[in-house]
Amino acid sequence: MVRFLARRLGMALGILALLSVIMYLLLDVAIDPLEELRTDPSPNRDQKIANRIALLDLDKPVWIRYLNWLGRFVQGDFGLAWRSMTPVNHLLTTAIPTSIQLVFASTVIAILLGVTIGVLSALRQYTPFDYAITFVAFLLYSLPIFWVAVLLKQFLAIGLNDYINDPSVNWALVVGLSLLSGLFWLGALGGTVKRRLITFALAFAATFGVLAYALGSGWVQHPRIGVVGVGAVAFATAFAVSALFAGLNNRRALGAAFTTAAFGVLAWFGCQWLFFYVPMNELRLLGLLVAAVLVSLLIGWLWGGPDRAVSMRGAAIVAVATSVMVFIDRVFQGWEQYSASGLIRGRPIATIGAATPGLNGDFWIAQLDKFTHLLLPTIALVMISFASYTRYQRGATLEVLNQDYIRTARAKGLPERLVIVRHALRNALMPLASIVPVDFVAMVGGAVVTETIFSWAGMGSLFVRSLLQGEVDPVMVYVMIVGGLAMVANLIADFLYAVIDPRIRVNA
Amino acid sequence: MSTHDDSTLLPPAGPPATSPGGDDARGRGEGVGEAKEVEGLSQGQIVWGRFIRHKGAIFGLVILISVALLSFVSMGIGPIKGLWKHQDYTRSGTVVDGGRPTLQLPFLPGGGFAIGDHPFGQDSIGSDSFAQVMKGVQTSLLVMVVLGLTALVIGVTIGAIAGYYRGKVDTVLMRFTDLIITLPVLVLGAVLGRLLDVLPVKLDATAAQREAIRSNMPLLLAVVLGMILWTGLARLTRSEFLSLREREFVDSARVAGASDWRIITKHILPNAVGVIIVNVTLLMSVAVTLEAALSFLNFGIKKPNVSLGLLIAENQGAFATRPWLFWWPGLFIILIALSVNFIGDGLRDAFDPRTRKIPSERTMKRAAAKLEAARRPEEETK
Repeated sequence: MVRFLARRLGMALGILALLSVIMYLLLDVAIDPLEELRTDPSPNRDQKIANRIALLDLDKPVWIRYLNWLGRFVQGDFGLAWRSMTPVNHLLTTAIPTSIQLVFASTVIAILLGVTIGVLSALRQYTPFDYAITFVAFLLYSLPIFWVAVLLKQFLAIGLNDYINDPSVNWALVVGLSLLSGLFWLGALGGTVKRRLITFALAFAATFGVLAYALGSGWVQHPRIGVVGVGAVAFATAFAVSALFAGLNNRRALGAAFTTAAFGVLAWFGCQWLFFYVPMNELRLLGLLVAAVLVSLLIGWLWGGPDRAVSMRGAAIVAVATSVMVFIDRVFQGWEQYSASGLIRGRPIATIGAATPGLNGDFWIAQLDKFTHLLLPTIALVMISFASYTRYQRGATLEVLNQDYIRTARAKGLPERLVIVRHALRNALMPLASIVPVDFVAMVGGAVVTETIFSWAGMGSLFVRSLLQGEVDPVMVYVMIVGGLAMVANLIADFLYAVIDPRIRVNA
Repeated sequence: MSTHDDSTLLPPAGPPATSPGGDDARGRGEGVGEAKEVEGLSQGQIVWGRFIRHKGAIFGLVILISVALLSFVSMGIGPIKGLWKHQDYTRSGTVVDGGRPTLQLPFLPGGGFAIGDHPFGQDSIGSDSFAQVMKGVQTSLLVMVVLGLTALVIGVTIGAIAGYYRGKVDTVLMRFTDLIITLPVLVLGAVLGRLLDVLPVKLDATAAQREAIRSNMPLLLAVVLGMILWTGLARLTRSEFLSLREREFVDSARVAGASDWRIITKHILPNAVGVIIVNVTLLMSVAVTLEAALSFLNFGIKKPNVSLGLLIAENQGAFATRPWLFWWPGLFIILIALSVNFIGDGLRDAFDPRTRKIPSERTMKRAAAKLEAARRPEEETK
């Protein structure tokens, strides 16, 4: 395994070196630093050109410039964005976190949604539900992201902000959304005609009720979750997780999940105290999350029984969901203060940028600010990658469902839930290990359009700006980072797959 | 519950002689229907038959052809003039009624049907938006086809050589593919698009040469983008070749003295053609949105050429005042990409014998009842 990794790493470095040569030569042609000086009418034009040639070493042959660049790059000096005379290292310290922030949330959401719906679509193959999902996926494939982004800004952001300032409920929209939700659940859950009708009625009523409450009671103006909301989500997750992964007959798993949910509600009170007295940061929050998961694992272990792992797993999922809710609840508690702030002026949904400049506030206000800025780009990015995940997962699941071991599982009389969750789902999720790392990196590098439209000062917009302005160094760094990340991602993907799938033998 | 193996729930179909053999008996999975369906048909006829029964694909084909016809009939091809009155899409004119679109459709507010003078409205200098959008559609279609063909030639050549000869050649070609695949397509496309833009300046081209490059920009861009989008196709062709070259018919061809060239083109390639066609189609739908994104970012097609992405980029600021300038180009991008996607899906189903359409539960129940009804009188007469 070590030899395999070493060989792959060596090959990756070789390809990266070759990539740097090719890209430097290409960029030498594609970038014209003298562009605006060629048509400069001023009398000292020649002097300006000479200065710039001296500044950028343009009089030296390209291979000397490349070697100079390479020498500096290897030592960790990434060069200069000469238009603003800023060192690239300095630009990167803000650009990299911005890009990762932008991509992280959307990748997680897209994977969760896409995989779930892909599996459902495969289970309901050739039903109207499957066709509808296929159509939506094709539609999302075909949507130009920049076009959608403008629409999102125009309708979602401005519409929401207008609504917050002048609440008037569009009942036709509410009924339409409720109908859609009813149809979705009807198709997703399936069953006999009677069951479908009941599902439809329940989903319709639930969606309508929630939307009507949120819009009618002024919840959108003053969003809050509170202990009731946290508890509702915790117990609902506990029920759903147990029903799906353990079966409601497994009383111990059910008990572990519900105990964890109850603990979560208790923890909410503790957290209010903690958040009030102790200033928070990302690291401490992460610590709290880890603590919650550990406690839940302990709860699952204590419930015991012959199948402890199932209880522990279920409890851990509940703990994560509850922790996220406690976090969101605390973030929303700052809503009033945030929305009333002089910089926001009651229009909280942002259309550009990664943060409100000059906003004063504690950690929680900053989180809320981040959230309002992330909303639109996240929706846009999720829309793009959701489609491919759905299609991919649908294909993988169908492939698995046609395997002999599924037939065997059914033939020996396993309940359909077990066949799907234990035998089909696990195997259908394996290919994800090889595409998720690659995809994440592709998103970091490929969010170029999204970053440009929403004016996020990430790596993508750095690339676009530098390429248009004729700055070689930032573009080269971008290329090297994206290329290097792609290499690492491929390596991780191969490694993960070899670990997960015993059929793959690493030829060392 | 799942629906994918419902066929096993059905009562066994009657013996061939007693089954009605109508449409209902077809497509039942294994057995009678299958053999009857493909009796005496060539591979091409089978594929074509499956394709035209794919509703989505036919829907896509009809839309794509309509869009292409609309744009070519209205704006003409090359030197041939089209029928639309505003042939010069760059010419400014008087702005009528704030440039509002004159197209009226029965389901839009206003009602009735009218085309009027400027169906998609006018921009701020009074150019006809319909002419611009139609010209942009032509650009998109051109880029799509040229890009698809370029990628097809490069990808299949590299994949075929790598897969057929294996060994060192394979390693070198596949490492080269890895190299290209490392960077996102959009990034490479942006660099190359920018390169096309700057090249005339760097080469000190004459005015005539610059004009030639500028007017052929969409074509050049398509070729350049095709030169980076072939990687997936090469990998796929290679894996097809790797498995096909071990088959008996290749051995027998080699024993009969066929050259490598003949084996590749006459024996292996025809067997891999399905996968290749499907993937080129899907590549083409990517091409449409890729070109639009590049033009939007200012790395693609530039004025005086026109492309749908460029139209959106130019008009996004005017969304509040002239939303129609923004709606129509986007709508046509979606129409083209979506229909090509559906055609690709239909082709995949048509070429892949495994993805057979299983009729819905209700259709199968009805078919079973019909079979039962047909069988019963016979039993009574016995």
